[in-house]
Amino acid sequence: MSLIINHVSHIYSENTAMAVPALKDINLQIKDGEFIGLIGHTGSGKSTLIQHLNGLLKPTSGEIYYNGKDINDEEYDRKGLRGKVGLVFQYPEHQLFETDVFKDVCFGPKNLGLSKKETELRAYEALKQVGIEDEYFYQSPFDLSGGQKRRVAIAGVLAMKPEVLILDEPTAGLDPKGRDEILDLIAKLHRENGITVILVSHSMEDVAKYAKRLIVMNRGEVMFDNAPMEVFKHYSELEKVGLAAPQVIYIMNRLLEKGLNVNTQVSTLEEAKTEILKALR
Amino acid sequence: MGIVKTDKLTFEYIRRDEEGNVEGITRAVDEVSLDIKQGDFIAILGHNGSGKSTLAKHMNAILYPTEGTIWVDGKDTTEEEHLWDIRQTAGMVFQNPDNQIIGQVVEEDVGFGPENMGVPTKEIWERVEESLKAVGMYEFRKMSPNKLSGGQKQRVSIAGVIAMHPKCIVLDEPTAMLDPNGRKEVIRAVRALNDVEKITVILITHYMEEVIYADKVYVMDKGRIEMQGTPREIFSKVERLKALRLDVPQVTLLAHELKKNGMDIPDGILTADELASAILGQNGLL
Amino acid sequence: MIRDITLGQYYQTDSIIHRLDPRVKIVSTVLFIISLFLVENFIGYIIAAVFLVSVIKISKVPFKFMVRGMKAVVFLMLITVVFNLFLEPGEPLVSIWKLTITKQGLRKAIFMAIRLTFLIVGSSVMTLTTTPNHLTDGIEKLLKPLRFIKVPVHEIAMMMSIALRFIPILLEETDKIMKAQLARGADFENGNILKKAKSLVPILVPLFISAFRRANDLAMAMEARCYRGGNHRTKMKPLKYKKRDLLSYLVVFGYFALIIVIKIYVKVDIWQ
Repeated sequence: MSLIINHVSHIYSENTAMAVPALKDINLQIKDGEFIGLIGHTGSGKSTLIQHLNGLLKPTSGEIYYNGKDINDEEYDRKGLRGKVGLVFQYPEHQLFETDVFKDVCFGPKNLGLSKKETELRAYEALKQVGIEDEYFYQSPFDLSGGQKRRVAIAGVLAMKPEVLILDEPTAGLDPKGRDEILDLIAKLHRENGITVILVSHSMEDVAKYAKRLIVMNRGEVMFDNAPMEVFKHYSELEKVGLAAPQVIYIMNRLLEKGLNVNTQVSTLEEAKTEILKALR
Repeated sequence: MGIVKTDKLTFEYIRRDEEGNVEGITRAVDEVSLDIKQGDFIAILGHNGSGKSTLAKHMNAILYPTEGTIWVDGKDTTEEEHLWDIRQTAGMVFQNPDNQIIGQVVEEDVGFGPENMGVPTKEIWERVEESLKAVGMYEFRKMSPNKLSGGQKQRVSIAGVIAMHPKCIVLDEPTAMLDPNGRKEVIRAVRALNDVEKITVILITHYMEEVIYADKVYVMDKGRIEMQGTPREIFSKVERLKALRLDVPQVTLLAHELKKNGMDIPDGILTADELASAILGQNGLL
Repeated sequence: MIRDITLGQYYQTDSIIHRLDPRVKIVSTVLFIISLFLVENFIGYIIAAVFLVSVIKISKVPFKFMVRGMKAVVFLMLITVVFNLFLEPGEPLVSIWKLTITKQGLRKAIFMAIRLTFLIVGSSVMTLTTTPNHLTDGIEKLLKPLRFIKVPVHEIAMMMSIALRFIPILLEETDKIMKAQLARGADFENGNILKKAKSLVPILVPLFISAFRRANDLAMAMEARCYRGGNHRTKMKPLKYKKRDLLSYLVVFGYFALIIVIKIYVKVDIWQ
């Protein structure tokens, strides 16, 4: 059971003078239960790629298979797919529209054709998962704080009980506190419910902390696809395409250059600390 | 008196429920007193809701203090006859790059401020040219702002403020909606303004790595100034910053952690180079 | 991608027509349209055609862009032609079932078709050679006298120009919101009209909220940049008539005078 992206290319405004190739022959396999970080600077094609995964965009060529079925087949139930592959857009709070929080979260499951009881049950569960207390359920979503609004918006997707959850820069514009809350929430969903997570981000630090696999995109192509530690080895190449490895990588490499025999294979602060102390012992 | 001075500045707003009944009063800024020297690069740090943006809006006379006083270039902002002087003296750049560009062409947007001030046509063109060059956007002058990246748009907004020849520029979270590249571009442009043009910069942000070049940093929490000092002084108080839920850069954090583990590392490490030297130095490798 | 669309239909190239003061183009277009309703014979139309074709040639805009504007109104034109063809009383030419085409009807239908075509192509010349921005400036300056009867000319022009800047942004936003709601299983295609209308709520509410938020931000940003209405304001790009503008006025007035002369003195018509 997995997502397979097979030779997918996408060209915007094809057959016009303004044609822009956004994806070039992408091949990826995403297995159940993975936690993937998808990184790339603006315009690298990462947002285009994720919109293919739930059928919002159709590849110009190539196929996408979900659980063995081509999602762009005529008969394929794409609406159902959007319940299975949940996509949380950037600034998701901008799509809230209902008069109260609870109704807004019901929108997704209701669209899937579930019964009223099931819909409400799921909405309740999703709101609990993202840590929204009962007292906010019947408030207007527009009266909440920025971080709360975003959590409600994420609940709106969670209520559809997706098997794969894709989040496009879920922490954009949040302060450190809001960011940590969202990232911890995602990690918890992955850990406790076994949801497959694809986290699109600019921040290597954030991704390194959670993801087991890192896909780096550049100019519509997959540049690296490996464990974070392996990817960070190429920090100078990452810099060339406008990305950067976490700061700790630089410190470790600086130390090695200057003659301290330290293992540079780290991706988080904790690992760096352990390695430095070990090298100095 | 510096370019911006506040004395026990307090700003309160009334929260109302759906029927319009008063629910309570929120003190967004609570007795803030500060004095900013002409030519300095000042950073104001704090998480969302700490009152930093509310404070910034006072410097441009968008908001007025409930209690206390704020002087911009020696003028009390509540005196109406100074309003346009103050707005020209302390220019302001906002968070959302899309929502502050008025012109449909880059150069026309930069000319908007001078037009409003009644600057003669010939001089507007001179000002637009020099401002766009100062932020490195001159080659984009004929483009539609819609075709620029976020960082470029913010640089255009900064040029639009410089063209008004302010003494001081207040940037209210100018990088919050940008990607890392855009963030670097904007901070580089802001530093150049301060270094080369000697314009006073007041940068409001929640990114700690953006404040390491500042002359002085204020940290706000719950409407009050909780800490102030040079970046090094601020960064040496890691536990305090963590308690205020601010994001300490990885380098500073690692230095702090190593120190806790008994290593002899100075407080307030700001860069990877500094940390590497400190580690090697205490190991006798340097 | 939506941001790339050009509003109006400006065709970028360099020609004398492009460089003319927008006021010249607006006034000329209005005069040309009036002239179309003054002429009543073929000589007049030939002169109008010569005038129009020369302007198009000078503008360097490919002819197919001129007719592009026609597509939208082709249906309207057909109706007008058909009505004129069958409903005009007079000397019968052909009779099919209950419908009669008269000589006068045929004449009127042809004239109507020519008029509409010229009208659309003529105004396309203006919009194809003038940026929306310039048009706004031109309208503001031309309508300035209306300020004396308390028409907020500057404000109207400022609104038009802000709208022009934000329409592409809001279009892109619409696309984004629509996709976000689709990702939540929304369905915008199936169901009856009532259902379809209802399915627009999840798009329109966020869109309005966003528009208001942007308006709020923009108002604050404008005030921070010392905006206080049209008074005391100078212009970065003031409209000033140049020699070519005056010359163009002469040509256009000359054309208009000729049309009037023909209307008064030339009564010959190959149809009669």
